[in-house]
Amino acid sequence: MAYRIVHYINQFYAGIGGEEKADYQPEIREGVVGPGMALKAAFKGEAEIVATVICGDSYFASNMDEASAKILGMMKEYKPDAFIAGPAFNAGRYGTACGAMCDAVSKAFGIPVISGMYPENPGVEMYRKSAWIIETPDSAAGMRKAVPAMAKLALKLLKGESVGKPSEEGYIERGIRKNMFYEKLAAERCVDMFTAKIKGEPFETEYVMPVFDRVDPQPAVKDIKHAVIALVTSGGICPKGNPDHIEASSASKFGEYDITGVNDLTSEKYCTAHGGYDATYADQDADRVLPVDVMRDLEREGAIGKLHNKFYTTVGNGTAVANAKKFGAEIANRLVADGVTAVILTST
Amino acid sequence: MVKEIERKLPVVHMCTIVPISQTVGANRIVPTIAIPHPLGDPSRTPEEEKALRRGLVERALKALQTEITEQTVFTE
Repeated sequence: MAYRIVHYINQFYAGIGGEEKADYQPEIREGVVGPGMALKAAFKGEAEIVATVICGDSYFASNMDEASAKILGMMKEYKPDAFIAGPAFNAGRYGTACGAMCDAVSKAFGIPVISGMYPENPGVEMYRKSAWIIETPDSAAGMRKAVPAMAKLALKLLKGESVGKPSEEGYIERGIRKNMFYEKLAAERCVDMFTAKIKGEPFETEYVMPVFDRVDPQPAVKDIKHAVIALVTSGGICPKGNPDHIEASSASKFGEYDITGVNDLTSEKYCTAHGGYDATYADQDADRVLPVDVMRDLEREGAIGKLHNKFYTTVGNGTAVANAKKFGAEIANRLVADGVTAVILTST
Repeated sequence: MVKEIERKLPVVHMCTIVPISQTVGANRIVPTIAIPHPLGDPSRTPEEEKALRRGLVERALKALQTEITEQTVFTE
């Protein structure tokens, strides 16, 4: 008998809609939907997708506990042997939802949970210890590569076969240490690696050291009444028409815009360049993302010293971490040079 | 971005998906309303909405004035 799989996808892959449907509430449908077709083909009859859970990305992200509890309830009667979520590629909210569902299903049902994501997806850092996450390219163009690897790993886990190293199976390192027997002693292996390293030859460590990239908090602002506060956003707010052509996704630049004398971001003059959320509300009133109106009131009342006369903006939507880092560093340099005291950074 | 700014200046991150902010490594975090309108709520009147936004911005200013030693989510 074929193994029973429940598959999780978002509103987009279910063909329900894009950002305008991202608030779609969880539902479960019998059988295969969307990318489940490819999974089904990859299982070659050894496993069967008995049901597909569909949930809007924004709905899940805004109601994580409630959504996952609801979905667990819906899944129960389908008695799954394994749970597959995505693949989510580099979609942040989708990846987070896939990871959170894998975590919840694994805890509730104790069955194998598998997803697929691009290594920079925030869902990876959050859930790589809870789920088997196959490493995928950053966009759905990688579907054909991702799906067979996910199906293969799922079958291995279902059959109780031993799973090899991340590099052999294509999953993202989970931080699991396994005892293994080697022909060579540790000391010998260590010297081999060392000599390979000095010769400039490739070698593979047996224990990858974790990278902790944390920044210590800056001291608090002492005198807010004389402070210059700057607004920065990854929500893509920009002058109407997006004069610098900031990309709707995978942004390669940020914008710097003068707001001297601007007391309110009106729909006549401002909009969002962001392609990763429903732009309706930001286009109607960009203060909903970048609170210039309130900051001006606070400035007038003397609650803050000054609102900095420039704001900085980019689109945080599948943006490469390396780019975001570069933008942040450059923005910080300009703010320091302009005598800014502190920053409010808003994200959508 | 928030981390690179924090290397130079105090910064507060206002966002809706707090777990992502925590994973990225923001230190001062203020949770907001919803992804497409973090600092607004289109279902309210413009006056109510602005009052709501002001409350959140005031919380952000309070966060900037609070000494912290680790990641802190400011829920009030």
